[in-house]
Amino acid sequence: MWAFIHKLGSPKVFYALSARLSPWFWTAAAVLIGTGGVWGLAFAPADYQQGDSFRIIYVHVPAAFLAQSIFVVMALAGLVFMVWKIKLADMAATAMAPLGAGMTFVALLSGAVWGVPTWGTWWQWDARLTSMLILFFLYIGVIALRGAFGSRDAGSRAASVLTMVGVINIPIIKYSVDWWYTLHQPATFSITSRPAMPTEMWLPLLIMVLGFYSFFIAVTLTRTRNEILRRESSKRWVRDLVGEAG
Amino acid sequence: MAFDSLAAFLSMGGYAPYVWPAYGATLLLLLGVVCHLSLERRRLWRELRRRARRERHQSRDGGTTP
Amino acid sequence: MSRPEARSAIVSPDRARGVDASLTSALYATMRRDLILLLRRPGAVLNPLAFFALVITLFPIGISPDPELLAIIAPGLLWVAALLAALLSLDGLFREDAEDGALEQLLLAPHPLPALALAKVAVHWLTTGLPLALMAPVLGVMLSLPLGSYGVLALSLALGSATLSVIGAIGAALTVGVSRGGVLLSLLVLPLYVPVLIFGAGAVQAAIAGSGVAAHLALLGALLAAALVFAPWAIAASLRISLNG
Repeated sequence: MWAFIHKLGSPKVFYALSARLSPWFWTAAAVLIGTGGVWGLAFAPADYQQGDSFRIIYVHVPAAFLAQSIFVVMALAGLVFMVWKIKLADMAATAMAPLGAGMTFVALLSGAVWGVPTWGTWWQWDARLTSMLILFFLYIGVIALRGAFGSRDAGSRAASVLTMVGVINIPIIKYSVDWWYTLHQPATFSITSRPAMPTEMWLPLLIMVLGFYSFFIAVTLTRTRNEILRRESSKRWVRDLVGEAG
Repeated sequence: MAFDSLAAFLSMGGYAPYVWPAYGATLLLLLGVVCHLSLERRRLWRELRRRARRERHQSRDGGTTP
Repeated sequence: MSRPEARSAIVSPDRARGVDASLTSALYATMRRDLILLLRRPGAVLNPLAFFALVITLFPIGISPDPELLAIIAPGLLWVAALLAALLSLDGLFREDAEDGALEQLLLAPHPLPALALAKVAVHWLTTGLPLALMAPVLGVMLSLPLGSYGVLALSLALGSATLSVIGAIGAALTVGVSRGGVLLSLLVLPLYVPVLIFGAGAVQAAIAGSGVAAHLALLGALLAAALVFAPWAIAASLRISLNG
C-alpha cells in the first residue's frame, strides 16, 4: 500500500494517471451539474414559504460545502507535504486554493442574494454568512502568504502551516460565531428553521453537491498537472514529453 | 414541470432578480475556472515547446551562443 | 551507598564550568533579555498604548459624543481597539532579532524552540497585553462605559490579549522573512482573532447587562489553553521556515 502511495507521489506517475482519470470526472461533473441544475430550477416544487427564491439553495449549499471541504483537503495536503516532503501534495494545495476562494465567494454571494427577499437587505450578519466571510479571508490569507516569499519552497511551507492552523480554527470560529449570533439574534426568519425537505426537493440538491465535488476533483487533477508542468519543466521526462508532442 | 410557461419560469415566481444572478455567478465561476485552466495549459505547453526548440538549435550550432 | 557526594560526581560538563544550561534558566535568560531590550526603548511599550488611546478618541468624533450611544458600543470599541493595538506591536516581535541574527542563535540553542518562542510571546504579552488591559478602564470612562463592567473589561482584556499574543506570534513568525510583512500579518491573523473578540466583548456586555460573566471568561480561558497547546509548535515551525528560507 505504501509503495503505491509513494509511487503516486512522483509527478511523472501522477501526470500519466491523472491524464486518464480527469476526463471521467469532467464528464461526471458536467452531467451531474447539468441535470441537478435543470431539475432544481425547473422541476423541483417551490418552497411553501419562500416560493421560488428557495431554488438558490441548489447553488448556495453545494458551493458552501465545497468551500469548507476544499480548505480541509488543502490542510491535509499541507500536512502530507510538511511531514512526508511529497512535493506533489503542495502542488495540489496550490492548485486548489483559488477554486476554494471562488467557491466561498459564490456561496457568500448566493447566500446574501437569497437573504434579500427574506431579510430585505443585501447583507445580513447571519451566523453562517459571517463564518463564510471569515473563511473567505482565511483563503485570501493563505494565497497571499504563499506568494509573499522569494523562494517557492518557503512560501509553500509557510502556506501549509497557515492552512493547518486555519483548519484547527474553522470549527472554533464557526461555533463562536453561531453562539454570538444566537446571543444577538434579531427576531428574523432564519433559513435553517424549516421542516425537513421532501425528497423531490433534496434529491436535486444531492446531485448538485455530487456534481460540484466531481468538478472540484476534475479541476484539482488538471490544475495539478499544470503545476507539474510549471515546476518540473527542467526535468528530462517533461522535455521528452514536449519533444514527442513538439 | 413546476412552471406552466416559459415566461413563468423566467420570472421565477417574481424572484428572478435574485435566483438568476446567483445561478449566473456560479456559472461564471465554473466556466471561468475551466477557461483559465485550458488557457494556462496551452500557455505552459507553448513555453515548453519554445524552450525545447531553442535548446535543439543550440545543440545543433555546437552551443556557441549561451 | 548513595551518598550525595557520589551522586554529585556525575556532573554535566556545563555545570562543571559554572554554566547553568537548564531549560528554565534559558527561558529566564530569554525573557530577561527581551524585557531589558524593551525597557531600554520605552517607545516600544508606549506606542501601542498611545495608539489605543488615539483610536478610542477617534470614535466619539467619528460617531457622536452622545453618552447613551457611546455606552452601547463602548465594549466592542474598547476590545477592537485593544486588539488592533496588540496586532500593531506584533510585527516587531521577531523582526529585530531576525535582523541582528539573535533569532538564528535562538534556533541553534539546544533548548526546544517552542519553549523559547513561548518565552518571547510571554514578554510581548507583559509589555503590550497587560498594559492595554490596565489602561482600558480609563478609556472606558471616556466612552461612558456603564459602571460595574470595568473590572470585567480589564480581566477579559488581560486574559484575551494573552491568546491574541500567542496566535499573533504565529503570524509574526510566518511573516518575519517577508519584506513589508505588516499588512500581510494582519490579514493572516485577524480571522483567527474573531473567537477571542466575540467572547471578550461578550464578557463586558454580559457584565453591563448584569448576566453571568463566568461563561465568557471560562471560554476565553479555554481559548488560551488551546492556543498554548497548539501554537508553540506552529511558531517554531514558522520560524524555521522563515529563517531557512
